[in-house]
This record gives sequence, structure tokens and C-alpha cells, in this order.
Amino acid sequence: MPLLSVKNLAVRFETHHGTVRAVDGISFDMEEGETLGLVGESGSGKSVTNLALLGLIPSPPGVMSGQVHFDGQEISALSEPELRKVRGNRISMIFQDPMTSLNPLLTIGRQMTEVLELHKGKSHSEAMRLAAVGLGEVGLSEPESRLAQYPHELSGGMRQRVMIAMGLLCEPRLLLADEPTTALDVTIQAQILELMAEVQRRHGTAIILVTHDLGVVAGTADRVAVMYAGRIVEEGPTHQLFKNPHHPYTQGLLSSVPRLDSDTSQKMSSIPGTPPDLAEMPPGCAFAPRCPNVQAECKSERPELLPSGVPGRSNACPLYASADSASADSAEARP
Amino acid sequence: MSTADPKRFDLDDATAERLLREAQEHKGISLWQDAGRRLRRNRPSWYAMVFLIGFGLLSFLAPLLPLRSPVRSNLDITLHAPTLDGGDGNYLAALDPDADSALVARQIEKDYWELSSLDHGLISLRRMIFGSWQTGHWLGTDHLGRDLLSRIVWGSRTSILVSLAAALCSLVIGVFYGAFSGLVGGRIDNLMMRTVDILYSIPFIFVVIFLITLIGDYRQVLEEEWGLDREKVFYLVIGAVFWLTMARVVRGQVLSLKHAEFVQAARVMGASTFHILCKHIVPNVLSIVIVYLTLTIPAVMLFEAFLSFLGLGVEPPRVSWGLIAVDGTSAINPLRIHWWVVIFPALAMGCTLLALNVLGDGLRDALDPKMRGKD
Amino acid sequence: MIRFLFRRLMWFVVTMTVVMSVSFFLMKNVKGGPFDTERALEPAIEANIQARYHLDWPLWKQFLHYTGPFNLDERGLGGTQEKVLGGVLSGDFGPSFRYRDFTVNDIIGQALPISALLGVVSMMWALALGVSTGIASALRRGSGVDLALRLAATGGIALPNFVIAGFLIIIFVFMIPLLPVAGWGSIKEMLLPGFCLGLVYAAYLARLTRTGMLEALSQDHIRTAQAKGLSPRTVVLRHALKGGLLPVVSYLGPATAGILTGSLVIERIFFIPGLGSHFVNSASNRDYTLAMGVTILYTVLVYSMNTVVDLAYTLLDPRIDLAEEA
Repeated sequence: MPLLSVKNLAVRFETHHGTVRAVDGISFDMEEGETLGLVGESGSGKSVTNLALLGLIPSPPGVMSGQVHFDGQEISALSEPELRKVRGNRISMIFQDPMTSLNPLLTIGRQMTEVLELHKGKSHSEAMRLAAVGLGEVGLSEPESRLAQYPHELSGGMRQRVMIAMGLLCEPRLLLADEPTTALDVTIQAQILELMAEVQRRHGTAIILVTHDLGVVAGTADRVAVMYAGRIVEEGPTHQLFKNPHHPYTQGLLSSVPRLDSDTSQKMSSIPGTPPDLAEMPPGCAFAPRCPNVQAECKSERPELLPSGVPGRSNACPLYASADSASADSAEARP
Repeated sequence: MSTADPKRFDLDDATAERLLREAQEHKGISLWQDAGRRLRRNRPSWYAMVFLIGFGLLSFLAPLLPLRSPVRSNLDITLHAPTLDGGDGNYLAALDPDADSALVARQIEKDYWELSSLDHGLISLRRMIFGSWQTGHWLGTDHLGRDLLSRIVWGSRTSILVSLAAALCSLVIGVFYGAFSGLVGGRIDNLMMRTVDILYSIPFIFVVIFLITLIGDYRQVLEEEWGLDREKVFYLVIGAVFWLTMARVVRGQVLSLKHAEFVQAARVMGASTFHILCKHIVPNVLSIVIVYLTLTIPAVMLFEAFLSFLGLGVEPPRVSWGLIAVDGTSAINPLRIHWWVVIFPALAMGCTLLALNVLGDGLRDALDPKMRGKD
Repeated sequence: MIRFLFRRLMWFVVTMTVVMSVSFFLMKNVKGGPFDTERALEPAIEANIQARYHLDWPLWKQFLHYTGPFNLDERGLGGTQEKVLGGVLSGDFGPSFRYRDFTVNDIIGQALPISALLGVVSMMWALALGVSTGIASALRRGSGVDLALRLAATGGIALPNFVIAGFLIIIFVFMIPLLPVAGWGSIKEMLLPGFCLGLVYAAYLARLTRTGMLEALSQDHIRTAQAKGLSPRTVVLRHALKGGLLPVVSYLGPATAGILTGSLVIERIFFIPGLGSHFVNSASNRDYTLAMGVTILYTVLVYSMNTVVDLAYTLLDPRIDLAEEA
């Protein structure tokens, strides 16, 4: 039984421009202890997916549909008070910018102990002790004195460590990480990613890592799901997907990453065109207007995410799905 | 092409065409258009603006309207309740018994006060259109038998004029002071702002009250040597009280603009200081100035009412809302409740000030760059 | 902290110097002023002033004697028991120009407690009404309650306080005889004046609180708090309230100043024998020392309040460093 099973999750926002389909019917599974990288450009719906899993979509403009099964329970059907027992407890979330995501007016200690007091019924002193242990685990020196400090007294990397520690205090089975390294310096990024990998080893926590940075995903994720315009276009084990991308969007994405050994006399490649307006999606494949291999049927029918013959991989390009082995061969030959 | 050949960055015509087409498809929105759109969508603010424009027009055209004299007192009908009876068996309006065209000029002086030539012209126009018809006491009369309706309409002129003039006065002083301070920066800026801080702690209101009282003693000197009548002194004094906030706000805005990245970008692109001033700094400061102006005017009106309450405001025979409000509140007694003397002036003043505040809020929301694009 | 207070004190001295210089200048040069020899004063007061202000002394000495803090009398006169301290800075405002047997200190001493009580009552009204409606408005944003409260708040700043007082007197004193119209002393008598005076500040506070809370609730860390599973009540009270009320604290300074000035009108309407009434009378009576005394007193009060507010602000927001104040 997979730890997390998402079926047809969709999130739409009613705005005066129209109905924006931020997440347009996605499905995926996750096993215990694995790291799933959710990649895509800005506006692809990856952050909204994370929020939707916890039911944190602001309700008047946003409407969520679909099913989310976690640890044997259908959490998408839970009431709000019941959902609150899951948040921070069995599923935790950490956010992009630790400076704004931590409350500047409360001490670190206060912000950390409140999850323990709430979900585990710990006393204040017991919670403080556990919080100090948690801070030590993520590599902060002098954990006890950190508890009395305020967020602005710490550096960016330290703040993110605090967020990770805070997320892990209740020993959740799943950690949702929303661009955890984007706001940090490159060297600190590496440290944080290493920390997350270690945390996973130690606690066996599954992690959904949302990011637009392919490099981050390549180093840490076991599996990758590529999102475009609110839909998943391809999914598979990281190494395989990077080496041999099946979907034209993934191919375009990977080839637009500049490489040290590329020919500098050639122009840099990019995907022509711009992402679609999520309020006015074209019928058929979302990527069709920009796809180099576009066919007539691509514009009329929306392709489904189907297993592509290679175990563990699926993609949403009908061309690829139908001509597996042949395309696999020609893909090897591509630079 | 070798790696050093600059031509490799050139676009071929087809690509250039394509990029240009794509760019033109996306239409940008300027700050003013965005603000205008947001203001229009903000229903209360829009109505407020319409109301104010309409009211302003009415007030400006007051001499044209067939109203009774706001000054003429008729002790036979003091504190008369509002009535649709025009008198002499007429409904709604009546003929003015004193409207003898030969005596028009003198009558105008008796019925009003010193009026501008434009107003004289409007009154002549009124006589032509309406003859000697005038409205009845639709809103009742005050404790001296004066028609409340016309007092309110004519009072609006004075109140609006005083408030506008004083607000503009404070604007001029505040903007120059603040802009200069912000642009110059450094020690001078520090000193100038410290002065503002000091002035802020002094309860200026007290000084004003004192000054106005004193000015009474010096009236002749002021009028003869400086040509300042009580009204003009009024504007100056009030303006002198209200410029502090404007100066602070403008200086803050200029400071943040000076170091704003887009200003530096413009400089890097070779724009001259004058160009930067006109195209970047002034429009951004303008928006905040407009907002504060809209919010200063009601404050000034209230201040004028406050001064009138203390007997230091506009002098009779001129009318202002403050004066009418004061008359109204002093007519309160437990025996007979003359509600119209309090309610109608309060309604007029309240609606106008409410509209100004709502408009000011709407303008602030519309012009706030943080809100740009979001809704 | 010490440095902050020291700096504040320094600027206070500068402010006071400015105020006293201006008042001294006015008194000496204004037509009909206290030192104008053309002015006919009652002989008793005249004698008082002569003795007090030594009009024959050089100007600078007169000024220093007026400001204090030292009573320069003892230098000149020998043999009389004069106090060491004198002048404004030691709290001595001089004799009143109108009331023969009273010094300004006497008058202020009588009237200040009354005005102070009125001010405190008004401020309490303003805070209780304003902050609670502001929070309610923010939590129910866009609802009918919110709109109604916002309209009420905007209305509260649209009418002069004497008009509102007039309305309320009609309703609560004449139509429903619930409260007395004048006098001061019992709680019943304090309610209406306090309410009228505090109302406009309640309106401002309501607006500020609403904006502050909305701003606080839109911060990222609120989303984090929700993601931790905290109840909405905890999120608002523990995470949003502190930040949302910061603008309110800053406003307390101007609000105090406003209440002090607003009292001029309210005291008149309700016949309260407070400092405000005295000031207004002093202006028309040309009682300069009293007027200046009250003005200086109010300056001190407002300045102190602003300093207290700034201190409180730093206690609430740990990010603010007093030493950084320019």
C-alpha cells in the first residue's frame, strides 16, 4: 500500500479573469521513505499541489476536488478540525522563505514547542527539551540558547534548519518541502539538501520536494514528476528520467540547461513560446502550442498520464507512449 | 562563426519579427490606468467622487439658485420647523417682496456680503431666469429666523473654499519642505526633520487659538500694511498647522524613490537628472500627495468647525458649516427639540466629509503600488 | 536604552527651549501683552508682575529668570527668604493675569486632575471600542458586519465632536433621561463626555486595527502556523495579534495629543471645569501666563507620551533596536 495516493486532484480559483485551473487533475503515488521531486516552472501548480494535500487552499476563491489517501485514511474527506490533527503532526510542511515563514515576534522556542504541546500533549518544559534536541539534530550549535532567540538573529541557513527541525518534531511520515532552498545561497543550499537526506535516512520520512531547480532534484530525489500548466506530463526514477526524457516538455527543459561542455558557438536552446494562461486553457495537450512534435490529435484530446512500458515510468505524450522502444532508441542517439 | 564574433548574438529577421509580435500581444498597464481602473471598480469611492463633484458644482453655482438670503434675519419666524409652504399661499416657493431691481446692488450687500464679480453675474442671471421667486423654508429657520437651506448651501461655499485654500497652503509648504529635505539628504535633511519633530510635539492647536485671538488685536495693521484680511490669515494659520504631516510623507517618499532601483536603472541608461525628476519622481510623489490632500481637507473642515465653536472661525455675516453647526448645538434645550437646526447641518457636513474620506481611502488603495495587479 | 532616553531628554530640552522662547517673545512684544506698559492692569497684579519679572533687568537675565530652573531673585535681593528654584523649568508658571489671588500653578493644580480623569476615561473608551471593532471587522472581512462597522468608523471621523455630542445629549439626556447634562464627579457624569471625546479616536483606532490585523493575517508565517495544525483562535491570538496591534501602539501618541485638544470643546459643552475650559478662557482674557503654562504643560505631556509609546513599541517588536534611532 503506498503511503500517499493522490487521485485526480484539482484546484481551481474563481477570479474575475475567469476560472484559473491551477492544478488540473493530477494523480500520483508515493511509498514510505522515498523522496519525490515535483518540478516545473513558475505557475505550473507544484506549490498549490502541496497546499492542497494539507487542505490549506484558501476557500472562498479556491475550490479543491479529487481524493487524497494518506496512511490508509482519506484525508481529503476529513473535516477541518480533524485535518488540523494531521497538519504539523503526521504531515508537516516547510516553506520557501524562512525569514517570512517564521513569526518575527515570537521566540524560536515558542514556535517550536507549540506543535509538541498541541499534538503530543507535552508540558512546556518537556517540549523545550525535545525542541533543543531537535535543533541539535539539524546541526545548530548551542540549541538551548537558540530557543530564546528571535528569527532575525539567525542567518538564512540557520533559519531553514529551524524550520526543518520544527517540521520534524512530531515525527511525521510525510514532509512537504516547498522550494526549501530557493531563498538560500548556493553553498547553504547544498548543506540543507544534505541535511534533508540525512533526516530522511534517520527518520524514514517521505519527502515531496517542490522546486523549479533541476539541479536540486537531480541530487536528492528518488523519483521525479514533471508538471506543466497544472498537469503532470512525465514521471519516473530520477536518473532514468534525466538521462532519457520521454515527454517533449521534459526534453526541452533538460536541453535548455546550459552545460560546461556545450559548443559556445551555438545559440542556447530554449522552449519557444510562453506557458498558457491558466484561465484559458486550450483543449487537448497543454504543451501542444509549443511542442516541436505536435500532431493534429494533440490539439483536440487531452492526453492521459499512462505507463510508458518502461517499469516505473509514465508520461502524457501519446506519441511517446505508442512508439516506446523505437523512440527510446532514437532518444539515446540525441545529444 | 568564431566565439569572439559579436554577430552571433544578432537575431535574424524572422526571429526578430516573431519576438516583436509576441511582445506586442501583451499590453502593459500604466500605474494611472491601473489606479483608475481600480478606483472605478471600488463602488463606494466612485459614488463618493460623483457626489463630491456634484456637490461642488451645486456649491459653486449657489448664487444662481433661487434661494433665500442666508443673512436676512426675520425675527417673526425664528426656529420655524421645515415646511413646504412657501408663504402667501404659495407652495414650495414665494415671491421675494424686497426684490426691487433698482435696488439690486444694495440689496445684494444686505442679503449677502462682499461678493466677487462672478457671483454678481450669477445673481443677475438668476434674477433673469427666476425673477423674484425664492424657495420656501424647506429646511426650517434658525434661532434668528434665517433660512437654513440657503445657509447650508452658501455655507458650503465658504467651508469648501477655506478647506481647499488651507489644504493647498499646507500642501505647498509641506511638499516643498519635504521634497527639498528628501532630495538634499544628509545633515540638512536630518536638521529639517528634527525641526518637524519638535513642531509636532508642540500642541499647535493651542498656538493657533492664541494667535487668532491675538490677530484680532492687530487687525488694522495686518489689513492695511499687509493686505491680509481675517480670511487670508485664517488660511495661512491653518495651512501652517497642517503642513507637517505632508512634509513628512513627501520626504519619506522622495527618500525611498531616490534610492529606488528603477531610478538607478534610469541613471545607468543615461537619463538626465531633470528627466528622472519629471518622469519618475514627480508622478510617484504626486500620487501620495493627492491621497493626503483628500484626507487633509476633511481635517481642515473639522478644524474650522472647532474654531467656530470657540468663536474664532469665520465671522458673520459670512456663513460656514462650522458656524451653522455651532448655532445648531447652542439651540439645543430640553424643552423643545428643534431637530432641524442640528440634523440638517450635520447631514450636510457628515455626508461631505464621509465622501471625502471614502474617496481618500479609495485613492490610497488604488494608487498603492503594492496592490498593483493584485486584487 | 539609556542612550535612547538621554537622546530623548536632550531633544526635549531643545523643544522646551523653543516653546519658552516663543512664549517669552510673545509676552514681551505683543500689543497688550503683560509687559506692555500701555496696558492697564489691576494694581495688585501689576505689582506682582513687577516683583516677579524684574522688568528693569537686562533681557537675557529676564529670560533666564522666566525659564528657570533657578530663581535669580536671590542674587539681587538680600535678606529675604527666596527659594533656590524658580521659573518654568522648576514647575513655577507664575501668577495669573486675571485671577488676582491665584498663581497659574494653583489653577492648574485644581483643573488638571479633572482633565486627566476625563482624558483617561476617553482613552479607555477609544481603545475598548476601537480595537474590538477593528478586530471583529478584520476577522469577518467583506461581510455585512465588516461593512457596517467600517461605515460607522468612517462616520465617526466625519462629524465634529460637538455635533455628535449634541446628538447624544438630545438622545440620552432629553429624550431618554438617562444621563445628566452637566457636572463632573460621579461615574454617570463621566460616561457621556468621555464617550464623545473618545469617539473619533475609537474610529481611527478601529480603522488602524483592522488594517493592522489584515496585514498581519496575510503574512507568510500565518500560513506556517496553519500548516502546523493550530486552531484558528490560536493563530489569531498568538501569531497575528501582536503584529496587528503595533500600529495601534504608535497611534497612541497622536491620540493623546488629540484628546487633549478635543477636551477644549467637550469641557465647554458639558460644563466641566477642566484645564481645557481654562485655556479657552485664558485666550480671550489675554491671561498670558495661564495660556503659556497650559501650553507648556501639554507639550510636556505629549512629548512624554510619545517617548513612552516608542519604548513600548520596542518591547513589543524585538527587531527594533533603539540604538539605531537616527
